[in-house]
Amino acid sequence: MTGTANQQHPLLEMRDISKTFGASKALSNVSLTVHPGEVHSLMGENGAGKSTLMKILSGAYTADPGGSVLIDGAPVVLGDPLRAKAYGIAVIYQELSLAPNLTVAQNMFLGNEPSRFGIADRAEMARRAEPILKQLGIGFDSARRVAELSLGERQMVEIARALTTSARIIVMDEPTTSLTSRETDKLFDVIARLKADGIAIIYISHRMEEVYQLSDRVSVLRDGAYVGTLERAELSASKLVSMMVGRDLSSFYKKEHRQVTGERAAVLSARNVGDGVKVHACSFDVRSGEVLGVAGLVGSGRTELARLVYGADRKTSGEISLNGKPLAITSPRDALDAGIAYLTEDRKTLGLFLDMSISDNINIGVIAGDAKTGGVLDFAKARERAADAVKSLSIRTAGTQVNVGALSGGNQQKALLARLLETKPKVIILDEPTRGVDVGAKSEIYRIIDELAQNGVAIVVISSDLPEILGIADRVLVMREGCIAGEILGSAEAPIAQEAIMALATGTAGHAA
Amino acid sequence: MSAIDTEQARTDKLKLRSTLTALGMLPVLVLLAVGFHLLSGRFLSVNNLSIVMQQASINTVLAAGMTFVILTGGIDLSVGSILAASAMIAVIVSLVPDFGMLGVPAAIAAGLACGFLNGAIIAWLKLPPFIVTLGSLTAIRGVARLLGNDTTVFNADLPFDFIGNGTLFGIPWLAVIAMATILVSWFVLKRTVLGTWIYAVGGNSEAARLTGIKVPLVLLFVYSMSGLLSGLGGAMSAARLYAANGLQLGQAYELDAIAAVILGGTSFVGGVGSIWGTLIGALIIAVLSNGLILVGVSDIWQYIIKGLVIIVAVGLDRYRLKGLGRT
Repeated sequence: MTGTANQQHPLLEMRDISKTFGASKALSNVSLTVHPGEVHSLMGENGAGKSTLMKILSGAYTADPGGSVLIDGAPVVLGDPLRAKAYGIAVIYQELSLAPNLTVAQNMFLGNEPSRFGIADRAEMARRAEPILKQLGIGFDSARRVAELSLGERQMVEIARALTTSARIIVMDEPTTSLTSRETDKLFDVIARLKADGIAIIYISHRMEEVYQLSDRVSVLRDGAYVGTLERAELSASKLVSMMVGRDLSSFYKKEHRQVTGERAAVLSARNVGDGVKVHACSFDVRSGEVLGVAGLVGSGRTELARLVYGADRKTSGEISLNGKPLAITSPRDALDAGIAYLTEDRKTLGLFLDMSISDNINIGVIAGDAKTGGVLDFAKARERAADAVKSLSIRTAGTQVNVGALSGGNQQKALLARLLETKPKVIILDEPTRGVDVGAKSEIYRIIDELAQNGVAIVVISSDLPEILGIADRVLVMREGCIAGEILGSAEAPIAQEAIMALATGTAGHAA
Repeated sequence: MSAIDTEQARTDKLKLRSTLTALGMLPVLVLLAVGFHLLSGRFLSVNNLSIVMQQASINTVLAAGMTFVILTGGIDLSVGSILAASAMIAVIVSLVPDFGMLGVPAAIAAGLACGFLNGAIIAWLKLPPFIVTLGSLTAIRGVARLLGNDTTVFNADLPFDFIGNGTLFGIPWLAVIAMATILVSWFVLKRTVLGTWIYAVGGNSEAARLTGIKVPLVLLFVYSMSGLLSGLGGAMSAARLYAANGLQLGQAYELDAIAAVILGGTSFVGGVGSIWGTLIGALIIAVLSNGLILVGVSDIWQYIIKGLVIIVAVGLDRYRLKGLGRT
């Protein structure tokens, strides 16, 4: 509580910060106060606006007019990254931004080299680097190449770099995701030293234990709005989780409650599927006519698991069987042949052929089967398929020969979905099916999912949108750190609670109960 | 209502764009032809046009193969060397008594084998096409020299010399073969499943893989096709010259082939382009070479002018397409 004891001026005050991207509001009137020597954690679901707020702080984004930022009680204009840096704001990003071929000292002073007559002064660099490394309690030599360092050590170099420009506010965005537990301890040690020197840390993390251990205060954002701040003494997992989710379920999802769980046999069974890196021994079943939701934080391995099942990446362990028969899936082709389809989360870079027509995009998976002898395209059949799909999925377009790149996000997504449906899958895995899709298209996609389920297709929906998962899934798997953390069954009488999912996803099931 | 109107306008715009892309460099070709005729007074004669067609034919065949490769986002630098090696084989086989006609299929098979090798390394070892074909450009050139013990091989009595010097209904055989190559390529690209896959791999190879397309097989096909057509080019070249030389034949042919494809509006990153554009591109290059000689420009200046025309033409094309806007 060292920070709050200082009653003069807060080190940083962000007041009424808003940010709009096109038609969507990413932040509305968010305020945040940070004191010197304080670790202030920022929490919220994926897409709550944490990153946007930090990008405004670091000058990467410009906030909408109306808000203000004060440093030491004086209003400042951040606007661009260099200016933010000059005010002592440093951000340590998840993807490290070091040049691996250069030394520790060179990286620390990158773009800011002490020089004599334009020639970098290595001796001076080393002389200035040493005390900073010492201050952080780091044991390695400033002349080592970054390529030789572990990920944890590289992060230390990032922090050391921030200190060369006399940073006073250091933002750490999920700093421990790729660290071992020993490295994490080391990082916490460094954070304690920084605190003692009066440096403020804004700490973004999904991991509840870390937030508990480190924070002086925790602020929560939800849907781009500020929810509240808890002092260290008031922290409790259940309070935080309910602040993070607390949304009402809209009547948006018209799920006919399907009573399928238990009675029907599993269509797809995965046993101990893993890739040895991001996914570890995951087992699950999906039944005919069932919608299985897969929840979890970004980076919990949901997409990676789906890709392993689909054969997009090689699994190193585990078996997959369809209707009880084991499958040898080594490529997407194998999966498709077996009747498993996968909708990618990134339709533009992994899904669509933007320079090709809607018709080609819908037909690409089935043209080989439709072809006449000698692999000659059957245009009539392709036109018919495309026209039917455009009609039944209500894709809004002037014609099936239009380039798919010309469609809106929602219609692109429906075109991609149409491609999967043409292959008549028995199992369909939908990864973030409504990402970047407008409300109208969203409800149509839900309608399609519901229809598929009623026709007996087994459906897996991966989504970061909790209300969406709760609205459409019959059963929810929660993933955490590459493992299946738990399974939650819902029924009409006792619907699944968001809090239960968040508790599993963040690993606080014990505390939250 | 207005939403439908804008969608309609957008479609019209797209149609206009695709028409212009297909026509592409046709106006440039016409302008050059008329310009050279005005300057020399004899460009647009039947005799001269027949010569231009012959000059364009071998490059057209190579450029057709190159179109397949570039549509997948790749490149084949080895076509000139494959042409030289195949021409050597064509002449050497033609010297075998009674089986001289086998020179043509032998050349084509040799080209196919070289292309298959390129494709296998690129598709399965996943090495960059630029590096692989740069290596085979050098290695196959060496093979071509080896085949004739580094000398020129002749056959004054070439059994298939009609290909290089004869005509079919008054049209040079070389031009007939080139046109047939274009038609077959068009059919493969626009009318078959394989063609659609080629565009898909070039447009987005990861999406193609996730769609279940066997990307390595598609790559293997395009490099094999390019090799096969280079082999055909070798046979055409041998038939025209009654001879082949492993050192000199086909030098820098890859550059003219690439230039024809790019002039034809095919995107260098793959996924967009047409074989008709390539034909026009190859014709532009032939018209330039022929026309500049007719108007008496020196050899050195021909190089400079050809290079500049390629850059300016492609620059204008990009500028024009940007005006139409991409969505």
